[in-house]
Amino acid sequence: MKSFSKIAIAAIMIITLLALTACGGSQGGSGEVKDTFVFGLSQELTDLDPHQETDAATRSILFNVFEGLVKATPAGDVKPAVAEDYTISDDATVYTFDLRDGITFHDGNPVTAEDVKYSLERSLRINGEASPLKAISSIEIPDEDTVVITLDKGNSEFIYNLTCAILEEANDADQQTAPAGTGPFKIIELREGEYLDLAKYDGYWDAEALGDYVSNVRVKSIATAQDAYVELQGESIDALQYLTVDQTKALGDNYNIVEATMMLVHGMFINNEYEPLKDVRVRQALNYAVNRDEISQQLFGGKSPLIQTHGYPTITAWYNAETENTYTYDPEKASELLKDAGYENGFDLEITVPKNFTQHVDTAVLIKEQLAKVGINAKVNEVEWNSWLSDVYQGRNYQATVIGFDISSLSPATWYVRYYSTSSNDMTNFSDPEYDAAYDQAVASIDHEEKLELYARLQQILAEQGASVFIEDPADFVAVSADFTGYTPYPVSAVDFSLIKPVQ
Amino acid sequence: MKYVLKKFISLLITLFVISILTFTAFSVIPGDAALAKLGIDASPEAIAQLQEQYGLDKPILERYADWAIHALQGDFGQSFNYSRMSVSELLATRLPVTIILAVMSLLIIVVISLPLGMLSAKFSGKWPDVVINQTTQVTMAIPSFFLGIILTVIFGIGLKWFQVGGYVSPDKDFWGCVRYLIFPAIAVAIPKIAMVVKFIRNSVLSEINKDYVRTAYSKGNDENQVLYGHVLRNAMIPVITFLAMVVAEILTGSLVIEQVFNIPGMGRLLITSISNRDFPVVQASVIYITAVVVVINFIVDIIYQLADPRIRTS
Repeated sequence: MKSFSKIAIAAIMIITLLALTACGGSQGGSGEVKDTFVFGLSQELTDLDPHQETDAATRSILFNVFEGLVKATPAGDVKPAVAEDYTISDDATVYTFDLRDGITFHDGNPVTAEDVKYSLERSLRINGEASPLKAISSIEIPDEDTVVITLDKGNSEFIYNLTCAILEEANDADQQTAPAGTGPFKIIELREGEYLDLAKYDGYWDAEALGDYVSNVRVKSIATAQDAYVELQGESIDALQYLTVDQTKALGDNYNIVEATMMLVHGMFINNEYEPLKDVRVRQALNYAVNRDEISQQLFGGKSPLIQTHGYPTITAWYNAETENTYTYDPEKASELLKDAGYENGFDLEITVPKNFTQHVDTAVLIKEQLAKVGINAKVNEVEWNSWLSDVYQGRNYQATVIGFDISSLSPATWYVRYYSTSSNDMTNFSDPEYDAAYDQAVASIDHEEKLELYARLQQILAEQGASVFIEDPADFVAVSADFTGYTPYPVSAVDFSLIKPVQ
Repeated sequence: MKYVLKKFISLLITLFVISILTFTAFSVIPGDAALAKLGIDASPEAIAQLQEQYGLDKPILERYADWAIHALQGDFGQSFNYSRMSVSELLATRLPVTIILAVMSLLIIVVISLPLGMLSAKFSGKWPDVVINQTTQVTMAIPSFFLGIILTVIFGIGLKWFQVGGYVSPDKDFWGCVRYLIFPAIAVAIPKIAMVVKFIRNSVLSEINKDYVRTAYSKGNDENQVLYGHVLRNAMIPVITFLAMVVAEILTGSLVIEQVFNIPGMGRLLITSISNRDFPVVQASVIYITAVVVVINFIVDIIYQLADPRIRTS
């Protein structure tokens, strides 16, 4: 029995040795050109079907695998992809697409006009009534290289909806498990909870442009943003989005920081049906009382573009910059407005925030302090994301919340429908007859100048009426390994791996 | 045989109660899978359609009955969130990882705490005992997730002894997986080692004053012979029971540590699935984990009998 303790000691030594030999596996030889770009994602990828409505992160990755007739550009416009060229009739009802010659799916089969028709119909079937493709009245195929899409009424923004992924009809049964797209990267393997491996598609229609860019990409799923940052420090991943200012400062020379914006309308969204907030003066008071600059300084190093309406400053084509002068930080003015509205003693305001998003929680805490200065008694209530979705977003059972709205479509009609009185996603319960009328006109208009004016008007109304307290388009700091260049921010949810280049 | 049957029935009852509890908890908390899946831009129509597909529109009792009937046939259904996989497939990929991690942690705990506990008892009150006692006092107080972070910072980022987030799945590279799991296993093990050392020490000390020990000495045995030949065996009986409890704690500890080290095991699956309201996965995971704990307790009962003939005969 005496030998027992000896065995135990031997075992301890073996384990220690094992632990020691475990080291050293990780020394990547520097100086070599890296062939695989590892992109960290603090979220799991669970679905590869591009027609299922999914989250922004999944969309941003699948951007590389699937393409529509047209695809988004970094400038916030669209360019031909599966289609080589297109024409829009003067009344914006007939869209005619000329398919690209020789374009193939990842399995090597050619893309046919039938595939295009199938894909649009499939997406419509899956997304039902709410699909913007609902506006299509017919899809015709006059010859094998041409697709003619006719709308029930003229809509000059419709082209933005045709980024809808083109899939192969012959692959119908396997669309969820083994989808084949036409994009620059094809799917190699998805390990749920671990990674998604992508490889450059040699048969890509623009293969020449891919030239010396990276050939393999691994999208790595990491449980939380904090753990993802640790992996960045451990150099296990080559790129990570949504770093905080402090995190960027703590990173060494191995990473470059790309500054972009998150393309979010970030703000304190308020329930216009909550008694005190029914009064426009109270809503304006909130807008005067919130110090936007302080929030951007504290959370994003002052790098966020500040906004006062629901708009994306980086998409200059549609943004109404004049709204930026509607309010200044002025607590006295806010107190005055509150007094006029009969709330000189303030009121209670519960700010419900999803606790998994630290930027929203931190913003809510800052706002709470700022509102205290004008006598509003705010309280921050942190809830789980899923509770937020069902109670706040769906149930509209809240007083105020801090959240950000991203762009799922480049079509402005989809952004401004959020404040249309009868819209199913009018989360703020904002209701204004003038706004509704202008919105209807804007959507119906096919004259570009008139459309611009009307959308500008909508933004003006949102600002003047204080529909919510719009704060900023938060600065986004992306860390990219010094071994790679070419990370390009997009206005839509997209991380374009075809622009990533290993440093020679 | 009768004993095994009795245990088996109590296992079934435990699983039934657990499944009801999980189900009820899931029905009470706000939010649902369709919302989680479709997110902020979902239309009410799309949500309703998905709820129907998941069967979430049915009355609560009917949903439970549906689930239970299929589960009894071994069919845990389809994951809501991981739409490409069945629950059984998901568990089949995740369970082995957690089991490897738990077994490694248990090995580390046993191998380290047994000699330390004996040493501590042998030199009770003298300096080795004091040193061990003080050290375990400290390590017991450190939560394993915090230890995980410390280990990552020192050995992962600082010394680069292991690649942070360098996990490989066991079916791709078994030893690579084991190697990566060493530090997570240590993080799980250290707080438990402290508990087990203390337990062994006290168990040995309580035996050491018994009559048979005096008899053993008077027969001419030296201290080591008495300690390892007689005392250890008797002292081990309560320790084995205690270890069974530790196994349950190792499992809960692994659930937490999997988050810290980015290991796609049961823990991460469970946490992701709860936040996505992925009911079939949560229900099946909880059932599996419960079953594992209950079965281990059952096995320990049997070992217990082997170790102590008195229990065997009674």
